[in-house]
Amino acid sequence: MARTANGGGGAVDRTWGARLVVLIPYLWLIVFFLVPFLIVLKISLSHTAIAQPPYTPVFDPVAGWEGLKAFVAALSLENYAFIASDGLYLASYLKSLEVAVGSTVLLLLIGFPLAYGIARAPRHWQPALFVLVVLPFWTSFLIRIYAWVNILQRDGLLNQVLLALRIVDEPPAWLSTDTAVYIGIVYSYLPFMVLPIYATLEKMDETLIEAAADLGCPRWKAFWLVTLPLSLPGVIAGALLCFIPIVGEFVIPDLLGSSQTMMIGQTLWTEFFANRDWPVASAVAVVLLCLLVVPLAVYQQLQTRYPSGGR
Amino acid sequence: MRKTSWFNIGAVALGLAFLYLPIVILMIYSFNGSRLVTVWGGWSTRWYVELLNDRAMLESAWVTLRIALLSATAATVLGTLAAIALVRFGRFRGRMLFSGMIYAPLVMPEVITGLSLLLLFVAVDVDRGFWTITAAHTTLTACFVTVVVQSRLLTFDTSLEEAAMDLGCPPLRTFLSVTLPLIAPALASGWMLAFTLSLDDLVIASFTTGPGATTLPIRIYSEIRLGVKPEINAICSIMIAIVAIGIAAASLLSKFHNVARDGVGAFAVK
Repeated sequence: MARTANGGGGAVDRTWGARLVVLIPYLWLIVFFLVPFLIVLKISLSHTAIAQPPYTPVFDPVAGWEGLKAFVAALSLENYAFIASDGLYLASYLKSLEVAVGSTVLLLLIGFPLAYGIARAPRHWQPALFVLVVLPFWTSFLIRIYAWVNILQRDGLLNQVLLALRIVDEPPAWLSTDTAVYIGIVYSYLPFMVLPIYATLEKMDETLIEAAADLGCPRWKAFWLVTLPLSLPGVIAGALLCFIPIVGEFVIPDLLGSSQTMMIGQTLWTEFFANRDWPVASAVAVVLLCLLVVPLAVYQQLQTRYPSGGR
Repeated sequence: MRKTSWFNIGAVALGLAFLYLPIVILMIYSFNGSRLVTVWGGWSTRWYVELLNDRAMLESAWVTLRIALLSATAATVLGTLAAIALVRFGRFRGRMLFSGMIYAPLVMPEVITGLSLLLLFVAVDVDRGFWTITAAHTTLTACFVTVVVQSRLLTFDTSLEEAAMDLGCPPLRTFLSVTLPLIAPALASGWMLAFTLSLDDLVIASFTTGPGATTLPIRIYSEIRLGVKPEINAICSIMIAIVAIGIAAASLLSKFHNVARDGVGAFAVK
């Protein structure tokens, strides 16, 4: 790996004080981020039990080596076999991927023109436009979804407008449809798509386009051959920032979607809160994580290669 | 001179309308005098008055506020330490794992993070409630603070620090009297980001909560599931107003576009 940004601090002597700077957050993240995943993995290999906690075997550190052997022997893959055998889970995973791919494409189609429009706006407008796009991100996610429940309900504003304009005769049902889920997701994730794309477009050297034009290249072709390739890192970052969390999304499909085919986040939630089947919920989580490993790794690479501050 | 094409103006105007219309509609309807949420019954503030008498809702608001204040502060400390470690310590043992644990939570689906934290709390057998939510929020939001502070540290002129050190200033004192004041704006926007993320969180709080710690999002969520209610419009409008006032205050104190930029710009690959 290339030498990391070591901003002049190369000669930091590793005193105890300096070590603590690394150690405190490191240990915190190990305890509250890494260890919990190992526990999820372990519980996904356990049996469901009517007990507190509701799974067996429970690891008993007092029993020593023998206890450990008995514990390992009692682990099983039955939850994974169960998930694989029940079509409900497969349908859920497929539904999540379908929604995530579909809405990421929609987000790109809406987010790119918006980012492009801002990046090409007059210089002195750009900060204001930028803030306007970012602002909704600071208001509550839940509230923004709720706002759509208001609008999309059967006698809500959308249907009132459609009826008044005589576009429809019968008020169509919007809530509990896939359309509502797509609207909610695009609405909530739009800033995450616009920002990385805007960041790459803003940086772009516009004389490249002028050069292309001078050499007789039509505008659409210059866009296709110059602008688009140069904005690619932003496009990829935006797509990953949206795609990964959307796959596991819970709130949006729960409030706006139908209960017919649940997304995997909802399945996990139901398994956990309604059925109280912790081992199966854990197994669902592990499989979901495996699906996301590749996009997560790509995102990680992007973040390490271009830490966000290069402006 | 750049020309602004109609296509660009249209794209920006439509995009912004899409982002803001639902929120504006929600706020207007919170002043609706009618009990039926879809029928306009004239302007009225009755739902705000009703909210003031709703003890359970006020209780939740208070719990949420305390959790957000505490976890945002803890996250700012942890996140700043982590950012310094990432930017200033070059390569150290386990750096890959460390940066992985910083970036992964930013995009990790919340159901996974929530479930895993809950199982941790069950495994070590602590009482769930206020403190478990606070710890969970601290962990998640610290990663956001790290990215915000890191971006500031990367563009930081280290010659000032070097000058202080050359003049015999000890490292800790250099940090406190030179580095900290210079990165303070990033800490402020990191704190604000952590605070709003904590106020907003439903999924992780639902997993890690316990008796007596029903946060505002959890309460709002359970009310929404029962249907749209005018009181909910009112509480949502209040929350939006609080954020708007906070942002207005921040923009008066500093150039807000930097604060806002740090907030989500944290994600932007540049």
